[in-house]
Amino acid sequence: MADAVHIALAGNPNAGKTTLFNYLTGAHQHVGNYPGVTVEKKEGVYLHEGQKVQIVDLPGTYSLTAYSVEELVARDYLVNEQPDVVVNIVDASNLERNLYLSCQFLELGMPLVIALNMIDVAEKRGISIDTEKLSQLTGVPVIPIVARTGKGVVELLETVQTVSRADARSQTLIRYGVDIDEALRKLIPIIEEHKLLVETYPASWTALKILENDEQIVAKVMMKNMTVGQQLIDCGEVLTRHLQNTLEAYPETVIADHRYGFVRSVLRQGEVTQVTEQDRLYASDQIDKIVTNRVAGPLLMAAVLLGLYSFTFNWSGFLVDGLGMFFDLLGGLTETILPDGPVKSMIISGVIDGVGGVLGFVPIIMFMFFGIAVLEDSGYLARVAFMMDRIFHFFGLHGSSVMPFIISGGIAGGCAVPGVLAARTLRSPKERMATLLTVPFMNCGAKLPVLTLIIAAFFPNHQAGYLFLATLVAWLVALMAAKFLRMTLLRGESTPFVMELPPYRVPTGKGLLIHTWERTWQYVKKAGTVILGISILLWGMMTYPGLPSEKVAEFEAMRQSAAVSGFADRTADGATDGTTALLRINQLEAEAGLRYSIAGRIGTSLEPISRFAGFDWRTNIALVGGFAAKEVIVSTLGTAYSLGEVDPDSTTSLKERLAGDRHWNPIAALAFLSFIMFYSPCFVTVVAIAKEAGSWKWAFFSMGFNTVFAFSMAVGIFQLGTLLGLG
Amino acid sequence: MMNLRKMQTGQSGIIASVKIGGSLGLRMREMGLVPGTEITVTGRAPLYDPVKIRIHGQTLTLRNSEADYIEVDIKVETDPAEEKF
Repeated sequence: MADAVHIALAGNPNAGKTTLFNYLTGAHQHVGNYPGVTVEKKEGVYLHEGQKVQIVDLPGTYSLTAYSVEELVARDYLVNEQPDVVVNIVDASNLERNLYLSCQFLELGMPLVIALNMIDVAEKRGISIDTEKLSQLTGVPVIPIVARTGKGVVELLETVQTVSRADARSQTLIRYGVDIDEALRKLIPIIEEHKLLVETYPASWTALKILENDEQIVAKVMMKNMTVGQQLIDCGEVLTRHLQNTLEAYPETVIADHRYGFVRSVLRQGEVTQVTEQDRLYASDQIDKIVTNRVAGPLLMAAVLLGLYSFTFNWSGFLVDGLGMFFDLLGGLTETILPDGPVKSMIISGVIDGVGGVLGFVPIIMFMFFGIAVLEDSGYLARVAFMMDRIFHFFGLHGSSVMPFIISGGIAGGCAVPGVLAARTLRSPKERMATLLTVPFMNCGAKLPVLTLIIAAFFPNHQAGYLFLATLVAWLVALMAAKFLRMTLLRGESTPFVMELPPYRVPTGKGLLIHTWERTWQYVKKAGTVILGISILLWGMMTYPGLPSEKVAEFEAMRQSAAVSGFADRTADGATDGTTALLRINQLEAEAGLRYSIAGRIGTSLEPISRFAGFDWRTNIALVGGFAAKEVIVSTLGTAYSLGEVDPDSTTSLKERLAGDRHWNPIAALAFLSFIMFYSPCFVTVVAIAKEAGSWKWAFFSMGFNTVFAFSMAVGIFQLGTLLGLG
Repeated sequence: MMNLRKMQTGQSGIIASVKIGGSLGLRMREMGLVPGTEITVTGRAPLYDPVKIRIHGQTLTLRNSEADYIEVDIKVETDPAEEKF
């Protein structure tokens, strides 16, 4: 058997690439990422007449410029991996735009086969295509197929085999008009003479890219040879000036227009369109009249977003509860089986809680991805972006940012972890990063018990009002922060909103399940190990070093004496006092232990600084604990106030304790509230940000930026409030 | 000739020029916004921006600030009854 043939599937989004890929590889596929970026890389294998064929599904693109990650990934893959054949999937019912991409494969000189997909749909619409003629005009084989049913795929595979054996590179020449052609004739010999990048790119392609002012290629050329590179760029600039003077156009646009010219001339000779295309989008247009209507549209959107939200968090509830119960059970079991000691403590508080932390999110993430897949596959998500863009664009974001914001807690009670993952639907890198970094400002479900506790303790008469205010402030701060980031660190042109509104479609069950499963599994696989590790680390910080032995002995002695006196009390007036005293000592010991631990020491040593915001060491420890998960703030506060572990759901004792403490007052409470809302995301979110942003740099940035921001806000509130004597 | 931003919903024409280069210019072209193409405004978002257009039998959206670069030769006003088609 000969070596495996290696083919790449390329084409426009929605042209049917993935359908063909799934049809060919079935279950034999592997989803990963391209190194350093978050673009999905799908690979698979199939057998054709005993021959192994390796197949890669490249990201869907409209073009091969250097302007988007997907396009860069696709073209880098083609030149670096040199697949034996590129199968270009072309939507037969939208030939003009699809063939524009094909032109660029021809320019790149790849061994190409065009798969004319959805030929049945095109025929139904009265478009008849002369594939022979098309093949003759483009210089590459053209095979009509229907990827959905597999019609024509065998013939396609045979053609792929033939082309892979022939080692034929396409030789089709596209003309770009006199000015460009002349410039190319000048550049190509120079590139060939100095052997610039010729081992990777055809000289004609490099020349074309220099004229198009393609960032990546210009940089590569300059790195290889500065002087010649400058000479080439100068040639390009002469051309640009000339085109500006004569046509008021740029070289890249003239080149693009001539590609279309080539496509149109091919179509004129090879394709006959008979029927106008009004009918196809008739249904979609009618739906859009309601769905994007000025009044009904936003109302419907509010309902859909609320529906998605409640689907994600409420419907997944039984699974979340089930998993929670399972881990409680497991913890209980370990409690009884293992002997007391550090191993037991680590397994329960580090490992089981850590694994529980990873898996606890899985049902929510699964439901969210399913809900988003429904909205995405049906075409509604694009309409949401369309309707919301005016608002979000103002803050430097994108219409599609609305989804991550809602999921993260735009409706109070969400979760930033699925929210961060939901930002995947954003295609524009800067807007996406700004979204990733600002969604943790929303009030997630874990912050709510803390907010409720503080509000109930200090503002008992306005609970609902304050909670609503917290939601509004979260939105305001998140959007302003996004604007700030887009004006500073993430400065740059906003990504164009020139995008396709796909016709409405009924999503297929299989597609939805594959989508949901792939994305959820990626979360478990990629984030799981890191989260487990950090969970154990945090457990260690809250536990070690343990109290010195003389301290432990002291508490032990206290317990002894309490037991004795309790026994004496019992003979006098009942049983309660002795046990209460014992419990009290245990709580005091827990408090002392926490203060003695690394987390406690951090909290104590930060007190001189945190004083400015009105936080004492107890609050600090609780906030350190909150990095594990925000709901931990409540239980840690409980331990720090030596009330024992406080259940976040019933906090009466802690509430009264706080309200009566001399360190606390309404102003300190407000400062604390604002800090909790905006400080570092919990570490699960931080891990998710690192994975989605493709670098830990941004994850650490979000920890630092958010904490500094939240602290300044808390200090501002506390100092101003104290100054005005409101405390 | 009319700027795309000023076109009303339902108005059609032929793209006369797309006067922008760089990433936006290329993005517009790769999505099919090239001179000589028939274009119809099919709607606007609730806040009047972005605009929704029909081109090559597909629906595209673009912001008003992006539409500014596109000049359209408007089709001679047709009978409103005919426009319904």
